[in-house]
Amino acid sequence: MGAIGAGIAALGAGIGVGLIGSRAMDAIARQPEAVNDIRASMILTAALVEGAALFAIVVGLLAG
Amino acid sequence: MKLKIPPFCNIVFLFSLILWSLTPLQAQESEHHAGGEAAETYDPVGTVMEHIADANEFHVWSGIHIPLPCFLYAPSQGWSFFSSSIFEHGHKAIDGYVINEGRVNRVADPAFPKGEAHLEGIVRKVEKKLLKGKEKEVDVFYAVHEGQEWLLDKPSTLDGGMLGGGITSFYDFSITKNVFTMLLAALLLIVLFTTVSRAYVKNAGKAPSGIQSFFEPFFVFIRDEVARPNIGEKHYERFLPFIMTLFFFILFCNLFGLLPFFPGGSNVTGNLGVTLVLAVFTFIIVNINGNGHYWQHIFWMPGIPAWVKIILTPVEVLGLIIKPFSLMIRLFANISAGHIIILSLIGLVFLFGQNGANFAGAGAGLVIGGLFTAFMNLIELLVAFLQAFIFAMLTASYIGAAVEEGHHDHAHDQHHEEAQAH
Repeated sequence: MGAIGAGIAALGAGIGVGLIGSRAMDAIARQPEAVNDIRASMILTAALVEGAALFAIVVGLLAG
Repeated sequence: MKLKIPPFCNIVFLFSLILWSLTPLQAQESEHHAGGEAAETYDPVGTVMEHIADANEFHVWSGIHIPLPCFLYAPSQGWSFFSSSIFEHGHKAIDGYVINEGRVNRVADPAFPKGEAHLEGIVRKVEKKLLKGKEKEVDVFYAVHEGQEWLLDKPSTLDGGMLGGGITSFYDFSITKNVFTMLLAALLLIVLFTTVSRAYVKNAGKAPSGIQSFFEPFFVFIRDEVARPNIGEKHYERFLPFIMTLFFFILFCNLFGLLPFFPGGSNVTGNLGVTLVLAVFTFIIVNINGNGHYWQHIFWMPGIPAWVKIILTPVEVLGLIIKPFSLMIRLFANISAGHIIILSLIGLVFLFGQNGANFAGAGAGLVIGGLFTAFMNLIELLVAFLQAFIFAMLTASYIGAAVEEGHHDHAHDQHHEEAQAH
């Protein structure tokens, strides 16, 4: 059960990180001069989303 | 001028990367032989968990261990100090203490002989236990002394038993693998950065030189991309040392964790206790420096109807705890997950090779596992930098929220009044 839960969480986080990446690419294409700011916020947001997936992995480990 | 790299350099690089990735494999293999029972089958989950857990000795090679000092305390018998080599890798018990899978365990039974006692071995049994209303299979270890089996208490850790431990009948204050690597990282940081700071005094007003020029981009990055925009121009200098320390300490511990051999090979930042302490530091520093504006926004935010405040205040108060808690879990889970993936890929060699019975399978596992491990190691290198950056960045933004002055709202009010005046 833990493995299934972790898989679902990874799915959600994957969609989230994908959306962040795609929007960041759009933003960079529109404003190439702001690439540094956009990259920093992109990495930060991706890390926050990924945190949710990792919480799920920890819960998965605990549930065994 | 274009720098030409001979093509064989790439091959040498790739080869050394794969070799580097496979070093834990030999360590793992030797552990199997050291176990004594040749018929034991490969247990993927157990092996991975053992490798990411802390240990009281460094396992270098088959039969080569680097002992570490043990400081143990049991309420019933007081303090014990000795080197972990005294246990003879599970063949000797001292005052009821036994080493099992690299960790100090204890025989809680008071009838067990005090002082030195010879052990025939340690046996593992799978027993059914009632856990939270569900029956679960748990590994239980017994020390065999003069034909009698004695129940072993699990190692003593503060991570709530997450990686097979918990608070048991004794307290382990030993310099373990993790503590050793942490001290080494701290020492390295002190030596490196005193050298660098001396260089800054010497080269004042001049271009950086030597190791100083290697670290300068990091310093400038942390100052200009992390501290200054998040904390604000007025306060960032006060918090810069803390942010820098966090970044470099986490970075060095992460990088030591990636080394598969002696000074590294420990999972420092993948240990809940370590990340807990780092997060507690952030929690204390953020809340001590919180100004009136910050607390007002937590307990009684302005400009919101009273009934919403009743709902929002508990959420904000919980948020105080959840922020450092998520810092703690994020670092722990990222680093542990990376180590688990690498160890699982190396475990493919044993799974495919059926524990040495199938050499073709082992070869296939070596190629697949080795290539994926090389790839994962590179990702882990990125993660080592990224997680150190994220921890520093989020800490900076929490501090920024705590020291931010209320000018934003006042500007808003002024604007509002002006609009009304018109």
